Amino acid sequence: MRFNKFLVLFSIISFMMFLGSGSSFAKKPLKIGSFLAVTGPASFLGDPELKTLQMYIEEINAKGGVDGHKIEFVHYDTKGKAKEAKNFVNRLIKKDRVDVIIGGTTSGNTLAVIDIVQRAKVPFISLAGSIKIVEPVKKWVFKTPHTDKMAAQKIFEDMKKRGITKIALITGNGGFDKSGRAQCLALAPKYGIKIVADEQYNNSDTDMTTQLTKIRATDAQAILNFGFGKAPAIVVKNAKQLGINLPIYESHGVASKKFIELAGDAANGVRLPAAALIVADQLPDTDPQKKVLLDYKKKFEAKYGPVSTFGGHAYDALFIVVNAVKRAGVIDRAKIRDEIEKTKGFVGTGGVFNMSPTDHLGLGLDAFKMIEIQNGKWKLLY
Amino acid sequence: MDQLLQFFISGLTVGSIYALVALGFSIIYNASDVVNFAQGEFVMIGAMSAIFMLKAGIPYPLAIFLAILISATVGLCLEKFAIEPAKRATVVSTIIITIGASIFLRGAALLIWGKDIYGLPPFTDNTPIHIGRATMLPQNLWVMLGTAFLVIVVRYFFDKTRVGKAILACSYNKKAAYLVGINVKTMLLIAYGLSAALGAVAGVLIAPITFMTYGAGVMLGLKGFCAAILGGMGNSMGAVLGGLILGIVETVGAGFISSGYKDAIAFFVILLVLFFKPSGILGKGEVERV
Repeated sequence: MRFNKFLVLFSIISFMMFLGSGSSFAKKPLKIGSFLAVTGPASFLGDPELKTLQMYIEEINAKGGVDGHKIEFVHYDTKGKAKEAKNFVNRLIKKDRVDVIIGGTTSGNTLAVIDIVQRAKVPFISLAGSIKIVEPVKKWVFKTPHTDKMAAQKIFEDMKKRGITKIALITGNGGFDKSGRAQCLALAPKYGIKIVADEQYNNSDTDMTTQLTKIRATDAQAILNFGFGKAPAIVVKNAKQLGINLPIYESHGVASKKFIELAGDAANGVRLPAAALIVADQLPDTDPQKKVLLDYKKKFEAKYGPVSTFGGHAYDALFIVVNAVKRAGVIDRAKIRDEIEKTKGFVGTGGVFNMSPTDHLGLGLDAFKMIEIQNGKWKLLY
Repeated sequence: MDQLLQFFISGLTVGSIYALVALGFSIIYNASDVVNFAQGEFVMIGAMSAIFMLKAGIPYPLAIFLAILISATVGLCLEKFAIEPAKRATVVSTIIITIGASIFLRGAALLIWGKDIYGLPPFTDNTPIHIGRATMLPQNLWVMLGTAFLVIVVRYFFDKTRVGKAILACSYNKKAAYLVGINVKTMLLIAYGLSAALGAVAGVLIAPITFMTYGAGVMLGLKGFCAAILGGMGNSMGAVLGGLILGIVETVGAGFISSGYKDAIAFFVILLVLFFKPSGILGKGEVERV
């Protein structure tokens, strides 16, 4: 029975290898899979996200990995297409057999894959904005970016403080704009705010004076523009051109230097809620986020140039996973998920995360800062 | 009344942008019956080259001139390396080639200039001009002026110059044009170069108002194309008329009906016009060639 002998020998060797692996360097790697919209229309989100992940994973591995587990990073570019997102997530789960997934740059991409990750039971941290991702709570799905609902709440709170009760809403036709518009319409009555105009534009439009002329004819006390890209810059420029002196509120979608650059002096006086990253140096030293933010900013800018809040969401997701793995002590999908859910007091770029079985985002309204643009610069209000 | 005046002026400013882009379609159409779907990309390339040369410190007027030259070169290359090798292609196949070219140019622009949004400074002072309670920007006047100037140039070119007439002859009958001694190949090359240059002028004029990205050519090209078929393809006056009508219908529709359905209203009007006059408002209609 030569065959049997061989089998016994083989099993002894493999058993010894197994024993050895416990103490030596050959620990099981932590496989992180990612699908991001690195090119395509949402590239301004996906590109800094990927760079952030790559930069920090490289750094973690150089320091010996997470408790000795080296991180293996698998990445696919969805180009912002939901169908591609589905294909890649299936591949990440079935072929690459990853332990955790971080990604889904846009809400559309994320919502498309929720069923798949739920069925496969893989912990998934989304980098997209929509509130629908975590409400209602899905067992395996988490997210790090602030929601449009929080943005609307923050804006309405500020309006209330200034005694504004009638506003004009102007939004684009993209997914982000539409979702934001729905949140504004739903939340306004709770703050005693009446929406007296509800205008829309196409994100590729060249001129919004028509919509603003209609707004000028109403008794609105402020204008709220929910959008991103070049359209909000045209809105504020057109408002100035028409001589409209109402306070203008923008969403967190314009929280990049580009907006100020494009809108020029028309941007002055515009208020918006945004993550603390863009005003990191203005935070008081007692703020726990300040150090994290300045570190991230320094590292990212040294390697890639100007930092954006979007890359910060990837930073938050990565370190929530890293901390969860450290606490779990083993590479196991279910245990990592449980530990992600137990994240408490994690100081990230988006705010301080406190997750729970009923809250898979874990950020409070204080995670958003109210910012005003003054003399072409961000000014932290509160 | 205040509102109507502003809607009308907004319509004119938007419409003149569409008209400017629409003009670019007419030259290549007149030369070969081909609708060049890369026309929007010519507009984008003109604007983006001007923006980046200005950033590099080249004086504004020189940057504009060079941008037009760059765009024209791209147009010439497109004809030489994509259209000419497919000389036996039908009109439809050539149109498909131009769609491919537009995707290629967009990709190239993405690699060269990145994904960011850029603006150009306005040509002159930026204080709004008031007409009653309605306002417009001085740059809008530049766009209108540019459109008017280019219409005259294009008209003059096709009606009075030998090259222009030769290009028209090529479109009527290639073989006959060849027999009377017109170099058909060269004419087509000239048409693409001029068309690209025209697109670049449009791009430089509108970039201070609308901003530019590598992908902005798609929507501009589409709106320009709509304006061109509304007014009558190949007719430069038609392009202007089509552009202005499209702009005014959009703004008045948005103003009085709903801004959410702005484009739907505009497309409905286009469909209506084309239903009753398929060749466009100023189009001559299909002439049966025997």
